[in-house]
Amino acid sequence: MTREIMYRDALREAIDEEMAANPLVFIIGEGIAERGGSYKVTEGLLGKYGPKRVRDTPIAEAGMIGVGVGAAIAGARPIVEILYVDFAMLGMDMLVNQAAKFRLMTGGNGRVPFIMRTQGGTGGGVAAQHSQSLEAMFYHVPGLKVVIPSQPADAKGLLKYALRQQDPVIFLEHKHLYMTKGPVPEGELVIEFGKADIKRPGKDVTIIAWSNMVPRALEAAAKLAEEGIEAEVLDPRTLVPLDKEAILASVAKTNRVVIVQEAVRRGGVASDICSIIQEEAFYSLDAPVEIVAGLNIPVPFNLELEKASVPQVPDIIAAARRTLHLQPRALAAQ
Amino acid sequence: MPASAKRANAPSAELLEKLFRTAYKIRVFETEGIKLYRQGLIRGYFHPYLGQEGIATGVCAALSEGDIIASTHRGHGHCIAWGADVKKMVAELLQKESGYCRGYGGSMHIADISKGNLGANGIVGAGTPLGVGAALANQIKGNDAVTVTFSSDGGSNNGTFLESLNLAAIWNLSYVLVIENNHYAVSTRIEDSTREPDLYKRGLAIGVESHQVDGNDPLAVYHLMRDAVQKCREGKGPILIEAKTFRHMGHHVNDPGKYMPEKELAHYKERDPVDRARNALTEMTGIDKSQIDAIEEAIRKEFDDAVEFSKASREITLAEFQQFIDSY
Ligand SMILES: Cc1ncc(C[n+]2csc(CCOP(=O)(O)OP(=O)(O)O)c2C)c(N)n1
Ligand SMILES: [Mg+2]
Repeated sequence: MTREIMYRDALREAIDEEMAANPLVFIIGEGIAERGGSYKVTEGLLGKYGPKRVRDTPIAEAGMIGVGVGAAIAGARPIVEILYVDFAMLGMDMLVNQAAKFRLMTGGNGRVPFIMRTQGGTGGGVAAQHSQSLEAMFYHVPGLKVVIPSQPADAKGLLKYALRQQDPVIFLEHKHLYMTKGPVPEGELVIEFGKADIKRPGKDVTIIAWSNMVPRALEAAAKLAEEGIEAEVLDPRTLVPLDKEAILASVAKTNRVVIVQEAVRRGGVASDICSIIQEEAFYSLDAPVEIVAGLNIPVPFNLELEKASVPQVPDIIAAARRTLHLQPRALAAQ
Repeated sequence: MPASAKRANAPSAELLEKLFRTAYKIRVFETEGIKLYRQGLIRGYFHPYLGQEGIATGVCAALSEGDIIASTHRGHGHCIAWGADVKKMVAELLQKESGYCRGYGGSMHIADISKGNLGANGIVGAGTPLGVGAALANQIKGNDAVTVTFSSDGGSNNGTFLESLNLAAIWNLSYVLVIENNHYAVSTRIEDSTREPDLYKRGLAIGVESHQVDGNDPLAVYHLMRDAVQKCREGKGPILIEAKTFRHMGHHVNDPGKYMPEKELAHYKERDPVDRARNALTEMTGIDKSQIDAIEEAIRKEFDDAVEFSKASREITLAEFQQFIDSY
């Protein structure tokens, strides 16, 4: 049986089921207990699992992330909820220098089964310090797994997997996705890391997108279909590990690629995926790989400027048409 | 206290009027701003300063030109008390080109660097190191300016609170850290965030002169701050001030604040800082009601004019934005 539930409910189910199954799973964050979290992901968990395992913290991101990492090293299974990925920057030492390094530094003896859940992206004028997409910061650091689900089922299955594996996980949600609905099968749902998902099959061009860019890519694909262009939308779901095989298989089929990220263009994950494609699939390409990305700029407050700062559906359509040589590159709005 | 001594220390009519004007202006700005928000004219975050007006009012009245302030996400009151142009504030909230940040910043980022306002901040606690840095710059420049950071109970639990206040202390900076203890960080009570909710004691632990004051009493805040500023100018800084207060509503415009106990809220509302500023003015100067009415009327008109001005202003164009993009 499959039901339609919201992204935030899918996340809650994953946490709830794993907390029920494993007494070492606990969650800490700002306003997550009594209030149920800013996005209602943890609603009801305090009543079910009590204040020992569902804890509110002061506003102390470096400390919260740090104690989470420590608890994980000592064998517990912490989930640290950080309100905005922007605030995760306060805890970067613990993530980059401690959590990410521990396994190798200890010759493989130490493991850090730590999860930081947080959310990013633009949404309704919350301005430069509350709108960033920072996946590349974590992607850059060997030792961190980077998980970035776009749909409720992925959110649930990947979070459950995260709670069963042994490495530090940066689990990136999106503020626009919490209220979106999607089919989620009843019962056990665990999705392994490193397995991309084809969200829409197609033969003419591959659109690689993640997080809130997946619904936009799907919308673009639907519009392209009206012109007779069959776009394939591929969601890697986890950026580390990255499902290279699925990407290369899709490129071999379509010979054309558009990569879409909400994050700023410079130093982004899209650029890295692009380099992998040109290195390993150069001879199957019929057009240059297109990257549609956020502008290299802090996100402005003004809504029109905010919109102009991140990829919109027409940008994706235009890029796809360029790969099919239906639109000259010179006119590319980027 | 003998009557003569009392008179010598008595606040001037000018000061009392200034305190009332400031507190009332903040009250009007927030009350009317919330209405604009509900009409959909303001987007994003809006954290009202309602109930806390006494602190910004008292603190800024003790500062002079050349001093510096750093603020919080709940920053409208600090801006106004610092003497900001209400027109440019409203325009910013309405994302207009005529706003303080030309519509790029919004409520949480209003700043006026040329006038010594380092700005509101979307990162809780970030104003503390920034303020200490400004105080350090002034020490290096060799002037006697005072820098004030407005922080919060929540901000005092951020690690940079200790790191930066400690630096201010070992370097004897001309710096005042004002903690607005409104008892809540969103819905989390201060008693759930620390075992010692009297936050001024944290300063004592690292050798910083520290005080507690009723933040709902603008005059008391002013007097304490005046002494703190004087000590800073004499090279005896930094100083920590904890001002106890309470919000009149939820954390932001869309938070009903149901977790705030009615009795406690009523207690603080009875000690409303704007009423206290008004009462102090009438009782100590004998100014009559018609004069008070005229002051209030003028302030409300100033706000209405600001709304008109902002509505008539344009937004920044995509072409102008392009210049910004090219520069990054
Ligand atoms: C570093 C950081 N963590 C979390 C937040 C989210 N947040 C915004 S305001 C707030 C509560 C702040 O409470 P307090 O510091 O006491 O200030 P108040 O709202 O009471 O003025 C929180 C948690 C943030 N903006 N920055
Ligand atoms: Mg507070």
